[in-house]
Amino acid sequence: MTTLWQSLLIAMRALRVNKMRALLTMLGIIIGIAAVIAMVAIGAGASKMISDQISSMGSNLLLVLPGSTTSGGLRSGSGGAPTLTYDDARAIKAECPSVAEVAPTVRGSAQVVYGNQNWSTIVLGTTPDMLTVRDWPVFAGRNLSPSDVDGALKNCIIGQTVADNLFGDADPIGKIIRIKKIPFTVVGLLDRKGQSPQGTDQDDVVFVPLRTAQRKLFGSQFPNTVGAMMVQAKDAAVLDQAQEEVTALLDQRHRIGPARERDFTVRNLSEIMAVAEQSSRVMSILLGSVASISLLVGGIGIMNIMLVSVTERTREIGIRMAIGAKQRDILLQFLTEAVLLTTVGGIIGMGLGVVGAMVVSKLMDWPTLISSTAIIIAFLFSAGVGVFFGFYPARKAASLNPIDALRYE
Amino acid sequence: MDDVVKVTDVTKVYTMGDQRVEALKGISFSVRRGEFVAIMGASGSGKSTCMNMLGCLDVPTGGEYLLEEVNVGKLSGNELAEIRNRKLGFVFQGFNLLARTTARENVELPLVYARIPAAERREKALAALAQVGLAGREDHYSNQLSGGQQQRVAIARALVNDPSIIMADEPTGNLDSRTSIEIMSIFQQLNRRGITILMVTHEPDIAAYTGRHLIFRDGLIISDTPNANPHTAEVPRGETP
Repeated sequence: MTTLWQSLLIAMRALRVNKMRALLTMLGIIIGIAAVIAMVAIGAGASKMISDQISSMGSNLLLVLPGSTTSGGLRSGSGGAPTLTYDDARAIKAECPSVAEVAPTVRGSAQVVYGNQNWSTIVLGTTPDMLTVRDWPVFAGRNLSPSDVDGALKNCIIGQTVADNLFGDADPIGKIIRIKKIPFTVVGLLDRKGQSPQGTDQDDVVFVPLRTAQRKLFGSQFPNTVGAMMVQAKDAAVLDQAQEEVTALLDQRHRIGPARERDFTVRNLSEIMAVAEQSSRVMSILLGSVASISLLVGGIGIMNIMLVSVTERTREIGIRMAIGAKQRDILLQFLTEAVLLTTVGGIIGMGLGVVGAMVVSKLMDWPTLISSTAIIIAFLFSAGVGVFFGFYPARKAASLNPIDALRYE
Repeated sequence: MDDVVKVTDVTKVYTMGDQRVEALKGISFSVRRGEFVAIMGASGSGKSTCMNMLGCLDVPTGGEYLLEEVNVGKLSGNELAEIRNRKLGFVFQGFNLLARTTARENVELPLVYARIPAAERREKALAALAQVGLAGREDHYSNQLSGGQQQRVAIARALVNDPSIIMADEPTGNLDSRTSIEIMSIFQQLNRRGITILMVTHEPDIAAYTGRHLIFRDGLIISDTPNANPHTAEVPRGETP
């Protein structure tokens, strides 16, 4: 223990003598560690942002999309034909045991007007279950009610972005807005939801009762069909089962068989989430490895300077050996010096990395996640770099012949 | 028998490429405890090789070197380091102090490698510095000291471990004649207290302060004569710097 302490003292003295050189040598490690910490923090922040966005879609979700149809040899693309109906939605809810809620939607874009303000937004005809499925609370007022849907009433609930643009700071509840020139009463204001994984603003939306949308806004051609349906399974464990049940039920209702191509698709949102998480993990690894290269370069810098230092101090090594330093003592001395350089550099780099990550998250409005694991690993890694790149010069010093070392000019 | 050093038929051969250099061609002598011996000879005579070997910095190719009855030729590198640390003290021509290090820290260095605790190191170092007349200059850095003072720090460093022998390699080679006499006076004082000193020199007037002259030529000892009447190194009173 005393010897380790001794070598630490000797190493500190040696570094103090050449402050500028020590600092420049450390710079490689400082930049390397700072880059690793910042990159990992940014990568982790990005992947957290993606998974937050995905879970903001709602949990345990299946998406049922109308499929292609063939008419007269002409095949439309996926979602190109309105093949799903409100009855399909009700049947799924009634007959699939693993399904909790179903929210059928009719979607269109429309100009909404209040007073002298107007705004183009997405109008979504749906049922009250939509907010349960999306896990989306009402901020003020109330949700749509079943009677709104059944009676095709002209009530609506609006997202925060729409409210901001039409009403500014005023309270929208109870006001009349016009959608495609048809007056609707605002009965509720949705909570703020933020961006979707695709980057669209989820708050830029108006929900109207499904029947209203079908009959009065968009559904003139196919009054009973719906666009996509969001299906929520009872929990994550039965998600796959729910997918099978929904598929089987719709196959049966649509008489899908060998002669008839399936006219709908059932997608599992957790698969999308897995893909997104995978890609953000790949990005983290990529960022981390780019940063590691700079750490490697820093390590080579350490080795270079340590070799120079050994040569410069050959005579000192000779003196130490002549008065009784063993090879181990010399090895330890130079190894300690290298490790001290890298760990001090590592600590400074960690500080810079954390600050850098904070600056990035502030300037670019990008969340960063500084994990203590990353910091501990970076610290151990910087010490490891010291041992790895310091060992060769230290061994070179330790294996000098004392007579030659003493004679070295 | 009180032979500190006993050298029997020692040879040393260096091979450089395909050249074989016989630096020592079979030398035998012994040194008794308390002797002050001057080793002399022209450069290339083998005296430095002999000194390196006696100082356990090198091992003989043939023959036997007993240092306090230990056969040095059979020791490992670490064991040699241990012997240099505990039994030998070195004084070099170029002083060889550590730069940017205080006198006390330089003197403490052998004790550091002997794993002696800090408080004891400090005490021993201060005592050794006082013996060479440097009390009060413990905290001076080596570059703040004159050549003579630096050499005295080096002597204190050689002394601090209570070695069996002090090996001095041309200790006055870089000093003016006045300072040389000071250094020789310190050696003589130490020798009077019973410390064995082996000193390489090529200056006959420096050798005159010792009690025995070993003269090397071409890898052999050509003369080994006692100096019955060594000079006493005395610095005139009142002129000590």
